[in-house]
Amino acid sequence: MDTSKRHYTRPLDVKHGCIDMNHGAGGRLSAQLVEEIFARAFDNEFLNQGNDGALLPVPVGQRLVMATDAHVISPLFFPGGDIGCLSVHGTINDVAMLGATPLYLSASFILEEGLSLADLKRVVTSMARAARDAGVPIVTGDTKVVERGKGDGVFISTTGLGVVPEGRVIGGAGARPGDAVLLSGTIGEHGVAVLSKRASLEFETTIESDTAALHTLVAGMLVAASEGAIHVLRDPTRGGLATTLNEIAGQSGVGMMLRESAIPILPQVDAACELLGLDPLYIANEGKLVAIVAPEAAHAVLAAMHAHPLGRAAACIGYVTDDTNRFVQMDTRVGGRRVVDWLSGEALPRIC
Amino acid sequence: MKYVDEFRDGALARNIAASIASEAEPRRQYRFMEFCGGHTHALARYGVADLLPPNVRMIHGPGCPVCVLPIGRIDMGLRLALDAGAILCTYGDVMRVPASDGLSLMRAKARGADIRIVYSPLDALQLAADHPGREVVFLAIGFETTTPPTALAIQQAAREGLKNFSVLCCHVLTPAAITHVLEAPDASQYGSVEIDGFVGPAHVSIVIGSGPYEGFAEKYRKPVVIAGFEPLDIMQAILMLVRQVNDGRAEVENEFTRAVNREGNLRAQEVTAQVLEMRSTFEWRGLGEVPMSALKIRPEYARFDAERRFDVKYRSVADHKQCECGAILRGVKKPTDCKLFGTVCTPDNPMGSCMVSSEGSCAAHYSYGRFRDIPVVRRDVAAHGVEPL
Repeated sequence: MDTSKRHYTRPLDVKHGCIDMNHGAGGRLSAQLVEEIFARAFDNEFLNQGNDGALLPVPVGQRLVMATDAHVISPLFFPGGDIGCLSVHGTINDVAMLGATPLYLSASFILEEGLSLADLKRVVTSMARAARDAGVPIVTGDTKVVERGKGDGVFISTTGLGVVPEGRVIGGAGARPGDAVLLSGTIGEHGVAVLSKRASLEFETTIESDTAALHTLVAGMLVAASEGAIHVLRDPTRGGLATTLNEIAGQSGVGMMLRESAIPILPQVDAACELLGLDPLYIANEGKLVAIVAPEAAHAVLAAMHAHPLGRAAACIGYVTDDTNRFVQMDTRVGGRRVVDWLSGEALPRIC
Repeated sequence: MKYVDEFRDGALARNIAASIASEAEPRRQYRFMEFCGGHTHALARYGVADLLPPNVRMIHGPGCPVCVLPIGRIDMGLRLALDAGAILCTYGDVMRVPASDGLSLMRAKARGADIRIVYSPLDALQLAADHPGREVVFLAIGFETTTPPTALAIQQAAREGLKNFSVLCCHVLTPAAITHVLEAPDASQYGSVEIDGFVGPAHVSIVIGSGPYEGFAEKYRKPVVIAGFEPLDIMQAILMLVRQVNDGRAEVENEFTRAVNREGNLRAQEVTAQVLEMRSTFEWRGLGEVPMSALKIRPEYARFDAERRFDVKYRSVADHKQCECGAILRGVKKPTDCKLFGTVCTPDNPMGSCMVSSEGSCAAHYSYGRFRDIPVVRRDVAAHGVEPL
């Protein structure tokens, strides 16, 4: 990047400094912030082209997939992750859920006046590491600063580009009666980890967010199944597993029948939810996926999930039913049956 | 999860279900009211109704603290937050209760009112200490379970000499409500329902003990079995109620012996009595005015009483005309008997209080049980061999 400026600029005081409105004014300080915090961390050939956009090679004969995700989370740092790696994983996963290979990311930052440069650097470093580990570079970006009180430290919006082979159609409308419902692992860790650090609610826990990029898990599953056998992939983030399954049932015009005892959940998460009066089915995940798979491929796909570090606790949790009411139902542990409904409003703890 | 899983065990549940089915006399109807919202929620969440024979029916009672809170009480809180500029703290459950003018605490918050969810009144106390320049009001709701913490917080505020903390006390009492369901003078407005016995409260009974139900069981000849909130607790209690009915007994029995004794938590009762006293009458949503059914703050602690401190008066506000919450809270009607259920009134847009909290009978039925209202044609796919592994 532009090195000529460096000699006449005092380096950013990352240890004690804060974001102020000048960092967003578009002048020398803005350029310095971009260079010293962002460009240095994200460093890759496309970003280093140094233009307002990045010129990117695209594999021939494939279709583009694009997904975007805005990240606002309080607190910024939580057990197992932070807003930085979350913003990388979340968008990679959205691209991967179409059966696509993620190739590039963009990132834009809305910084609140007063955010410490140390925190910003920590977030950006975490993003850079997540992107490098996933093999998906951040190729372009933008930064704006808003006045104190108008943001929550930092908001990060990321967009991902990926490619998917001609003919592969994986999407929410693909579930068919008889399909198996597979879940890649235990649910609820992310939501509970974040809750445990909320100012009003701090409690001691060993639970860490499951935030992770799922594209290599997806790749392994696609290899194990014949083309077309995986009908739906989706990551149960906000609203949890229950909401994701209802979305799929709605899009596909089907119902589902789950078995409560088959849904994997860590005892710590179960206990925390019990204590807080929350239902783990509605708690957010950031490193899990749901796969709706043709019945004949279920065993092979499940085996491929088990072979991947992010799918070790994968399980078949139910099957798709023919139901014009699009009810997601569940056989409960005690042998009764209930609807597993959409999340209604915000998940609020019960008092009784 | 240790200590809980054994109370959710499927095999044990089937055993108890078999006992209930074999001991319930086929020619007889068994109508039991679970008073507590916690029981209503557990019954729905675990689909316990599916394990009961058709002649054993559960009637949902009025023991959902959020559901029985009248519109006028929320309005008082809203006035404190919107007009008096106070920081209003309350439990998360209360946020979505519909109030006057299409408002709720959640919507008032979006309009700039400073309303915060707390897990304990002590959090509200901390807020008051952190914001010495602001008035902090705790909107205190709930049955005997949540009452002692409120009393403790007021005592602590007095000890610390906090000048900006007060409580809008809306605590209500269980025994008064159960009695009212059976002998309400205006019950004719709603009609009446035959109840053969009660599943008694879990957490409430930890505080008040099993003693307070004894006079009630004897006077009205209704068996009461106090039960925990786990599905097996409730099923065991139902079996015990079936046995009492068969034997012609009307006793207070305790299934929840791991937490409840006859006297209850004496320390909690003592603290409550030091700070709070009986209100002569209190309006309940759905039940109307119920004498001696709620608590207010004693004169010694008047400076912590938001009703005196801010001079906000309670004004009764009628529910939506077609809302059947009153009859539903009394067990006279089922959620599906209400014209608004699932059409105008849904968990995302609750009209009546029974739809607000997941402990309310309408919300519980909507969220967990509505598949029973619609015959579902399901293709049997077990043959594909993809049953959960």
